[in-house]
Amino acid sequence: MKVQAGLLAVVLAGSLAACGSGGDGAGDADTAAQARGPITIWYSNNAEEVAWGKQMVAAWNAEHADQKVTAQEIPTGKSSEEVIGAAITAGNAPCLIFNTSPASVSQFQKQGGLVPLDASYIEERSGDVAQQYKSADGKYYQLPWKSNPVMIFYNKKIFAKAGITDPSLKTYDEFLAASRKVVASKAAKFAIYPAPSNEFYQSWFDFYPLYAAESGGKQLVADGKATFASDEGKKVADFWRTMYKEKLASQEKYTGDAFVDGTAAMAVVGPWAIATYKGKVDWGVVPVPTSSGKPADEIHTFSDAKNVAMYSACKNRGTASDVLKFATSKDQDGKFLAATGQMPLRKDVASTYADYFAKNPAYKTFADQASRTVEVPNVPNSITIWQTFRDAYSKSVIFGQEDTGSALDGAAQKVDQLVKQS
Amino acid sequence: MRSRGPLGRILGEHPVGTAFVTPYVVFLAAVFAYPLGFAVYMSFHDYFFAAPGAIVDRPFVGFDNYVTVLSDPAVRRAFGNVLVFLVINVPLTVVLSLLLANALNAAIRWRTFFRVSYYVPYVTASVAVVGVWLFLFNSNGLVNSVLGPLAPDPSWLVNSSLAMPTVAIYVTWKQLGFFILLYLAALQNVSKDLYEAASMDGAGRWKSFLNVTVPGVRPATTLVVLLATVTGANLFTEPYLLTGGGGPDGASASPVLIMYQRGIEQGNPDVGSAIGVLLVIGVLLLALIERRFVGKEES
Repeated sequence: MKVQAGLLAVVLAGSLAACGSGGDGAGDADTAAQARGPITIWYSNNAEEVAWGKQMVAAWNAEHADQKVTAQEIPTGKSSEEVIGAAITAGNAPCLIFNTSPASVSQFQKQGGLVPLDASYIEERSGDVAQQYKSADGKYYQLPWKSNPVMIFYNKKIFAKAGITDPSLKTYDEFLAASRKVVASKAAKFAIYPAPSNEFYQSWFDFYPLYAAESGGKQLVADGKATFASDEGKKVADFWRTMYKEKLASQEKYTGDAFVDGTAAMAVVGPWAIATYKGKVDWGVVPVPTSSGKPADEIHTFSDAKNVAMYSACKNRGTASDVLKFATSKDQDGKFLAATGQMPLRKDVASTYADYFAKNPAYKTFADQASRTVEVPNVPNSITIWQTFRDAYSKSVIFGQEDTGSALDGAAQKVDQLVKQS
Repeated sequence: MRSRGPLGRILGEHPVGTAFVTPYVVFLAAVFAYPLGFAVYMSFHDYFFAAPGAIVDRPFVGFDNYVTVLSDPAVRRAFGNVLVFLVINVPLTVVLSLLLANALNAAIRWRTFFRVSYYVPYVTASVAVVGVWLFLFNSNGLVNSVLGPLAPDPSWLVNSSLAMPTVAIYVTWKQLGFFILLYLAALQNVSKDLYEAASMDGAGRWKSFLNVTVPGVRPATTLVVLLATVTGANLFTEPYLLTGGGGPDGASASPVLIMYQRGIEQGNPDVGSAIGVLLVIGVLLLALIERRFVGKEES
């Protein structure tokens, strides 16, 4: 029984000590908002972002000896979100985290872990796209930082081996035809390999990009109601069902990167992956398909954005606010783009960094797509909503144990209830 | 009898013994008893983790969290799944580890090699071994290649009927080394005289095993059954990694996996605690039943 108790101890009540000795946390909010001094920030652990983060911090510290920034990678855990959640509870979250998932913002906000940010700066920098990141109380608890608009990558060599030289993947029929050709010719074992596992976020890389495109930019939940049990949602679900039914996509978990390994001819992913394909895959990229084959400039997709948030444990919020603006300035955003290939979530990326895109034409497609991205809905119970959706999707679309239409209807009813809960 | 002062009364008749025991008692209270009690508290409140100093309302909600948990088909299914797991895992663990320990106890060639071989999976990180099993049991894996036309479709880990039994076999294999070790230790305590007496009475190897070895290691069997049940009920890593989050379609989800999803990922530690409390009660009941049957002669 000790093991049982221990599990509960570690997982569910590990924060007790922190809660018990909580004290006054960040102190008086108004004082903290103006306070200046040393701060700590966390950033992601991929090599490109670390390199950018280091130069950004060095540039800030060189000019602000009395407001030194100490930076580190997000501590390792099952996911960044769990680590951040635990840090909020323990009261030792840093001032800024440059890797805050929009899906977790409502939960962090409920925990009292976030500080509202300067709305005018956010709206000025990001334009209309910022609206998707606003919380229910009308404030911004996250700065929309950078997106990885999800598109379809294809392996040119595998396609050529299958006899497809100029792939047209605009409609579901065209996509299915190309997929069948790839698999029938044994050019690759599978046409595409979205992760078939049941984690709540996996639908961001199969259903959601295609749903964003098919619906003309709808979020999973809008105006307090689930939107996905619509004709558009069902078309997308039926398309993926066909892919799994005909074994053009695999139901089995894959260890590694199926696209890099040549097991799959296509991948649904954003520009962050380009660095990992270098020297390994000769790739091309197209927008995600729609049933009617909408033109590329009308296609929406999932943003796969990561944002910056300020955490309530921060004492020197004046400095944190300044660092946030410095790190997301036009200059630093340009450096971030050059270092990572990910798209800063600011207005007119393509024209602002025209030189970069002239030198790196492969990224121009993503800059164009970045202006039409759909974020996860910023609603209460966000993670539970995605898990509910994933369970229904997995049962019906991936494993075919329920009709896709009734699965989406059932999930939509549950999601409607979840949205109503505060 | 000597009269004792107030300090003497607190420390008891063996103050040195009490002093030795105290650190572990404090450890148990701080790391196990207090959190367990707090988990029970959380399960009766609308509880969520919050930043220090944050003003939050966590009202008493009676059995609401338990109603939520018990009316959730995913939770009910997870408890059913873990029962299937235990029905396969526990007997298989007892039988295989006893047989193998018996074999390894005999003077066979390569004995040390075999002992190490059985123990290696136990000390290897599950994350690493899971990769090997994915390779073995996927549709184009080694197992299906050997089985040829007899290979199941869908394959093992994505087959609703086979996913949990495959996980149970994996865990049995992985833990076997530890339980073999327990039995090997127990076998050293079985008197050789008993085997000689059985032999004089005309008992062969099998009869000696049944009538001398099995009763001789009964205390170890009780321990093996209880430990296998407790570790089995805590199943998490395998459904999390091997079957991609309890797949296919929840067929291999375990209560602890659901507890993690609800409690940690989805930010509902109150619901997670209710699952945990139910799991503790379930395992206590199972242990009681097992002790009644397996440990009856011992008592």
